[in-house]
Amino acid sequence: MGELRGLGVSPGRTAGPVIRMAAAPTLEGLILGEGAKPVAGGVGRALGAVAAELEERARRAQGEAADILEAQAMMAADPALAEAAEEHVKAGLAVPHALDAAFAAHREALLAAGGYFAERAADLDDLRNRAIAAALGLPMPGVPDPGHPFVLVAEDLSPADTAGLSADVLALVTEKGGPTGHTAILARARGLPAVVACHGVLDLAEGTLVSVDGGTGEVRTGLDEPRAAAIRERAAEDRARLAAGSGPGRTADDHPVKLLANIGSAADLAPGAEGVGLFRTEFLFLGRRSAPSFDEQVSAYARVFEAVPDAIVRTLDAGTDKPLPFLGLDAEPNPALGIRGLRVDRLMPEVLDTQLAAIARAARATGARPSVMAPMVSTPGEAARFAERAAKAGIQRVGVMIEVPAAALLAAEVLAEVDFLSIGTNDLGQYAFAADRQHPGLADLLDPRQPALLRLVRLCAEAGLAAGKPVGVCGEAAGDPRLAPILVGLGVSSLSMSALSIPGVRAALAERTLDDCRREARAAVTRKEG
Amino acid sequence: MVERTVAVASRTGLHARPAKLFVQEAQRLGVPVKVRVGSGKEVPATSMLGVLSLGAVRGTEVTLSAAGGPEGEAAVEALAALLARDLDASDG
Repeated sequence: MGELRGLGVSPGRTAGPVIRMAAAPTLEGLILGEGAKPVAGGVGRALGAVAAELEERARRAQGEAADILEAQAMMAADPALAEAAEEHVKAGLAVPHALDAAFAAHREALLAAGGYFAERAADLDDLRNRAIAAALGLPMPGVPDPGHPFVLVAEDLSPADTAGLSADVLALVTEKGGPTGHTAILARARGLPAVVACHGVLDLAEGTLVSVDGGTGEVRTGLDEPRAAAIRERAAEDRARLAAGSGPGRTADDHPVKLLANIGSAADLAPGAEGVGLFRTEFLFLGRRSAPSFDEQVSAYARVFEAVPDAIVRTLDAGTDKPLPFLGLDAEPNPALGIRGLRVDRLMPEVLDTQLAAIARAARATGARPSVMAPMVSTPGEAARFAERAAKAGIQRVGVMIEVPAAALLAAEVLAEVDFLSIGTNDLGQYAFAADRQHPGLADLLDPRQPALLRLVRLCAEAGLAAGKPVGVCGEAAGDPRLAPILVGLGVSSLSMSALSIPGVRAALAERTLDDCRREARAAVTRKEG
Repeated sequence: MVERTVAVASRTGLHARPAKLFVQEAQRLGVPVKVRVGSGKEVPATSMLGVLSLGAVRGTEVTLSAAGGPEGEAAVEALAALLARDLDASDG
């Protein structure tokens, strides 16, 4: 029995056959024009294979998904595309390069059309990769959909890949990636076990049966189907047992810990949470050429407030790190260190003023009392100015996110200006360790169990206890059943996570007394780095 | 030469499902029909990528054209009727 080990980033156990996602083909190293023999039907065969696969998937899908796949098949089968590529072949390009050039021209045309037509450029990129892979005789890139349950193995997963994951995916295992990357966040949101930074996993043969433990990071080979089925069965029982738990979060000795949900819109609301600890408002703004109107914002916020009157709304968290077309910000050499979050307000104060006014209006319309919090606050002065703006808009309860180490170090002073703090452990880790969240080689530094990160959390929690104000965690660490007790032991009063993570965290807290949590916290902050 | 200008009625514009139904119908008819917006570039009605590149949203006036004669006229008529319907409606 073989064993691989990576970082467990989304707990849960399962087992099934490995299916690898092929990487996008590269044209680098292929010489332009080489192999430009008039291979009969080279272009047509490649595009035909892509269209045929998409049609097959469309037949198995239903409703909107089937429409989308069918439309993509028609893009691949478009005679205009084949003609353009044939022209390039006649002009001397090899088939893969000819396909690349033909796709590039159509991509430009879609981008020029703007709006949601421009968003189809990503579909076209996917089709391009598939067509080139077909022309080169490589496996089709993109997320596989074999029609049976499987463990998805990839070098890394992009947001586009993860958006289209089929329900057959049992677990995710990637060779790269870190605890705060897309794979980890998506896996936790969907309740899928996941292991990242798992060296050697790409060497496993297609179809190998593996067991995956998304808690410990273990990936084992050498099991047979009955054993795999038994693991899946036990995992299903565990999930059912966790799901049966309910009620507010508390330790074994009844110390209350609010278990809140992170949501992006009213659609993410789910039973089981005691409230909303993080309402990300970016979704309203994504893919927009102009800011959403005041009225549009009011109705989106009101939908959430009707269900959760005391939701915590985070004002727009975008900037050069998460570019939004309507902001029109110039690219920066270090976007994570540039104009992002509350800092956007330095350039365009009207965005925040409109948003605060819309939140206040939605609150009045629904009789709700939401809180607002600002992302990327660095100083007590920034916190004070944000609190003043929110109060002027008519919002009673104001907090700030703690993601910048400078703000954590002055937690008491920051907290003097506002009603609560909410710690974003992902960004706080990235900034404390000077380690890019997306960097595949720095996963160990971004581990939320790092003692230095936990000590910054402790500074904030102690400031909260001293001031008698709540301090919560809304980063990914809050939804990890192994970390949640440590955070509680440090003095954190609420944990906000994707709704699917709540049962596991509730169970982890119920097994421990507050003293147990404190003991674990003390051990964690003094742990010797390996 | 026969021409017909019609406003796109589908909620999502000539995109996704409406674009799919339009292009499928054009392919089924088998008569060359061109589409353009205003005085913009003409694209074949049978080209999914061409039709998407028009960027036609709900209310955009789209001009269909074909060679004269009963066949061309019937094809333009059929496609214009399709555009004038809300193809996002569930009855298709």
